[in-house]
Amino acid sequence: MSGTNDDADGKDDPVGGVRAAAEQLWEEDAVKLLGLILGIFALYLVGGALLDFGARQQVNLLANLFFYIGVFAMLALALNLHWGYTGLFNIGVIGFMAIGIYTTAVLAKEPALTEPAAGSIGGFGLPLWLAIIGGVLAAAAFGGLVALPALRLRADYFAIVTVGVSEIVRFTVLESDFQKMQIAGYFVGLGGGSGLILDFDPTDDLLEALGLLEPYTAFTESAGAALSLGSNPKPVFDSLLYGLILLVFLIGFYVLLRRVGNSPFGRVLKAIREDEEATQSLGKNTRRFKITAFMFGCALMGLGGILFFAVQGAITPSAFRPRLTFFVWIALIIGGAGSTTGSVMGGAIFAAFLFRGPLFIKNVVQQNVDSDAVDTFGQAVSPLISGLDPFPMLLFITDNLQQLQLVIMGLVLIYLMHNRPEGMLGHRKEEASTISLNRPERSTDSPGATPATDGGEPVDGGDTDE
Amino acid sequence: MGVNDTYSRGRELLIADPVRAALVLALVVLLLDLVRQLVFGQVPVSQFVVLLKDGLMRGLFFGLAGIGLSMTYSILNFANFAHGDFITSGAFSGMIVTYIIAGGFGAEADIGSLALVGAGGSVFGAQLGIGVASTPLAVLGGVIAAALFTILLSLFIDRTVFEPIRDRSGITLLITSIGVAFVLRYLIAFIFDPSRRGVTDSNAVPSTDILVYDGFVSVDLHEVSLLVVSVLLMLGLHLLLQRTKLGKAMRAMSDNEDLARITGIPTERVIRYTWIIGAGLTGVAGYMFVIWNGTLHWFQGWILLLPIFAAVILGGIGSVYGAIVGGLVIGLTMSVSIVWVPTGLARASAFLVMILMLLVRPSGIFSGGSTA
Repeated sequence: MSGTNDDADGKDDPVGGVRAAAEQLWEEDAVKLLGLILGIFALYLVGGALLDFGARQQVNLLANLFFYIGVFAMLALALNLHWGYTGLFNIGVIGFMAIGIYTTAVLAKEPALTEPAAGSIGGFGLPLWLAIIGGVLAAAAFGGLVALPALRLRADYFAIVTVGVSEIVRFTVLESDFQKMQIAGYFVGLGGGSGLILDFDPTDDLLEALGLLEPYTAFTESAGAALSLGSNPKPVFDSLLYGLILLVFLIGFYVLLRRVGNSPFGRVLKAIREDEEATQSLGKNTRRFKITAFMFGCALMGLGGILFFAVQGAITPSAFRPRLTFFVWIALIIGGAGSTTGSVMGGAIFAAFLFRGPLFIKNVVQQNVDSDAVDTFGQAVSPLISGLDPFPMLLFITDNLQQLQLVIMGLVLIYLMHNRPEGMLGHRKEEASTISLNRPERSTDSPGATPATDGGEPVDGGDTDE
Repeated sequence: MGVNDTYSRGRELLIADPVRAALVLALVVLLLDLVRQLVFGQVPVSQFVVLLKDGLMRGLFFGLAGIGLSMTYSILNFANFAHGDFITSGAFSGMIVTYIIAGGFGAEADIGSLALVGAGGSVFGAQLGIGVASTPLAVLGGVIAAALFTILLSLFIDRTVFEPIRDRSGITLLITSIGVAFVLRYLIAFIFDPSRRGVTDSNAVPSTDILVYDGFVSVDLHEVSLLVVSVLLMLGLHLLLQRTKLGKAMRAMSDNEDLARITGIPTERVIRYTWIIGAGLTGVAGYMFVIWNGTLHWFQGWILLLPIFAAVILGGIGSVYGAIVGGLVIGLTMSVSIVWVPTGLARASAFLVMILMLLVRPSGIFSGGSTA
């Protein structure tokens, strides 16, 4: 990403100087992330403007992007702790997310002390913040339960166990026997196939706790009128506000994981990734480190799951299929396993281009093209063969982009594994050491250009700043 | 003496490995409980036999489909997550041919609808009267097409996707295979539409009722076909592995690839044959499963993949016989477990068996004795 250094002797060339300065600025991770995210937003806004989107649609578009970038970046960060740092091949991410949101839902839903009507299930009525903490702890505890025995296994067996566990979680929440039960007088349950209705509103709860709900509502009315967002502008602002909350959480994740990565604890994790036996021989109890790291990552995944699903209004078991796990994996691999900044970038790129992009294109086409797509592949193919008419095929493709989107994701994954298995920033994989392990470069002859193609940049002692 | 021996062995086990001892105890308790339920008529014997029959069918399928997974796992050293979608591909390709033949090459329905296996509800299997007895030629054609197409598909994917990264780690290959799985699965959904469809005519399947103690157990021709096809293919594979030079080369390769290469075994060619045999069996397994089950949909193989992994791991990766035995164990677990757990958790209990197995004996039942 840092560009080429074909202008190594551009010292006395002002353009080269500016470029070097820009490159130096680009080296700053915060700049990189900000640039990427602003770029994505700009792209979508231009797309929306071309579509004659109204203000409301544009704001919704941004809030939507915000949401998906936030959650995927967070989940990729959590997975990076497992895979990028510790080398734990966890493909059961969705299971831990499910534990998080289901626990939160059961704890926070309005209590039902008398037999509720068919189709509705109560909860324990705890305040939302407490329920979220409960969900995170439950995910961590469940992670510990899985890790205690499973961490002895080889990486590929561990993978199969984790995906198996995530399916067990899904079957359990799907099971009608747990749909409704009575615990200590409360009618609670997991909802079975029809899922749970989430009768809480995270943004409203937060505002109310801060005592800001009234002024906020007044603000949405006036700002909505000023921006001509149409009637009932509150949901639009709610989704924006939620995006901001996600941003705060994301920054929290990022800072936390960077600190963990650079701490002695994090260095032991990276050492385990590189060579577990060698780490053991240095007197580290690698098993304990692995369990702690796994539980910590699972807690973050649980929190990611809560943030992902808390605003959806309802949760159903079908949302917890393993493919979401693989989405997070693709995001991590795009960004580069082992790099914190890379994880966030991967999450953003995945969310913007692979996850939301095709749907955006579908909307664009369907708004502009005024004809219906045919129903089956056959009807789309026959005009292509008989009359070389590609139009029905193109329409059919856009109509079924939801499926093709996953084909594209698969192809991207294969391409990455073939050509760039280290992802965008994987070459900056953090080392299990306080100082750089690379031979210091004699870089007097090429100032300002230190591309890192063979792993790591020269760092002058101290912390490896990723 | 014998009892004493067992007793002291049990005590040693309890001290050396309490986890395993607890599992053995749990198994014994479950078996005793099963006997109790059968004796006291809580579970009618005939109903239990139905469960066993169902488990056997599933188990044979898991075993047959697991052989290919086990072979690639041991010879290429990676867990192929695209294997489930090879199953789906086999089922769809076979069904296309079956539909076209049973539909009289366009005489009974639009040829395009037949070739898309009735996408969009245009043709139904019952309408064409598909079944082993009613349309034997169409089914035979389907079996052959399923095998051939899956073989070609696997060779194509191996050439384009796996061969260039053959020297990388098993994890890299595993992640790549997830990409392959996505491409195959959603391409099938894209082309054949994501609906679940019935593909056989259940009225055209001859069946007989057999009296078992306190009730009747029905056995139909599709069950018998699945049984016959699986057993024949497994026998054939056994002969191939034990009697031919190729089989010996495969066993050598799964044992030690470098040594095999030094001895002059053409490893790339053996790998190709591994794909051919494994994929052929997988395609046929997928097709026969659909004939037995009567429904076809795009993520069938993915759903079946995890139990198949369980079977392969249970039997010991690399062991063909292990895959068969593991398949039977997983199949029987899934169907018999509903004596104790709710039906929705049958699959969960199969995964649980796999996880427990990994914990007490990670190398599987047939560990060490890899056969292919």
